Amino acid sequence: MLDTLQANLLSPIPLAFALGVITRLMKSEFSLPKDLYASLSIYLLFALGLKGGAELAHATFASIAKPAAVTLLLGCVTPLIAFGTLRWIGRFSSADSAGIAAHYGSVSAVTFIAAQQFVQRVGAPMEGFMPTLLTLLESPGIHIALAIGAVQRTRALGASGDSSGKSIGHVLHEVLTGRTMVLLVGGLLVGFLMGGSGWKAVTPFFDSGFKGALMLFLLEMGIVAGSRLGDLKKVGPFLLVFGIVVPLLHGALGVALGGWAGLSVGGCTVLGTMAASASYIAAPPAVRLTLPEANPTYSLTSALAITFPFNILAGIPIYYRIAQALA
Amino acid sequence: MHTHPFKLVTIIAEPVLESRLTSELRQLGATGWTVVEGRGEGSRGIHAADIPGVNIRIDSIVTPDVAERVVQHMATHYFAEYEVIAYVSDVAVIRSNKYVTQSRETR
Repeated sequence: MLDTLQANLLSPIPLAFALGVITRLMKSEFSLPKDLYASLSIYLLFALGLKGGAELAHATFASIAKPAAVTLLLGCVTPLIAFGTLRWIGRFSSADSAGIAAHYGSVSAVTFIAAQQFVQRVGAPMEGFMPTLLTLLESPGIHIALAIGAVQRTRALGASGDSSGKSIGHVLHEVLTGRTMVLLVGGLLVGFLMGGSGWKAVTPFFDSGFKGALMLFLLEMGIVAGSRLGDLKKVGPFLLVFGIVVPLLHGALGVALGGWAGLSVGGCTVLGTMAASASYIAAPPAVRLTLPEANPTYSLTSALAITFPFNILAGIPIYYRIAQALA
Repeated sequence: MHTHPFKLVTIIAEPVLESRLTSELRQLGATGWTVVEGRGEGSRGIHAADIPGVNIRIDSIVTPDVAERVVQHMATHYFAEYEVIAYVSDVAVIRSNKYVTQSRETR
């Protein structure tokens, strides 16, 4: 176990991330230009979608049906676990619990990519249809958590003519048409249609540069996470423990369900990582619009400064070990 | 040069609110607005925005009664829960009909 952890720490993604954190701890003003950060994320998501789509052309419906079903199940169960833990053990308000649960019910695409790189490196590559599963996990968790929050809010406010029904519909539209979904779903479709030969034609751009772009992106993620470290004091010890224990729980659940659905060790590791990860791109604006009384410092700090670093530094190797043990 | 007195409503808000605020401005009787992005810090000391985040400033020239309705709307629906400020200033314009909605003119 320790050598897996150590080997992971010395791989490109954690190192680039650590450099970003150190940069911020040194109080350097350096950060990636906003537009470059946005461009890198577009490149990474579209490349992921294209490659996944090209590989999807080889997958049969039978092989993907069960993994897709357990992914949707995870999308429904993980926000409930997170909400229950926060509300009844952590004693958070229902809005804060639902807000944080929306982040943990959804998925972080970068954490997914980190897991994909990890399983490739240890020689247990994942199934080619995994990026398709990623798109399935993005939105259900957000909507379930927001629905819980909206129900509790209506109950608290009484029927005061609040327009939360309308805004939930609006948020649904925003998540489904957001950058992640357009690039991933669109990329999958384009990749599927152009097939292996089409993919081969664009590999010089979309494949050769992928790992380098990922390192630059992780550098910025480290800077963003590092600038949130100061907020750790504000969120209290419960969220610190929550941000590590709940991902472990979700990760183990994901690995186990992946095994049941017939995924390989690599596939189980990636599915576990998906379940364990917390969204910080799609979820924050959705939560802000629907549950304004939820404190965004809680959800963003736990997702970005606790869970994201934990997953890429230690979580992924742990889910891999669980997958190996269960295989 | 003859000018007409109008009101400039300025709203500084979290970027997630942009589309919601501009559609509400239209409903409340504004005929146009300008949105700019900027940085800053306020009394709440938090930036609730998505990442990477900036604030937006919405400027709209309106009639005094629309200005009144807009700040009232902001106070009722936004001040408690969002990172938002809104204020009204006096401005002088030449083309007064540009800032009045058609339906209001005929009323």
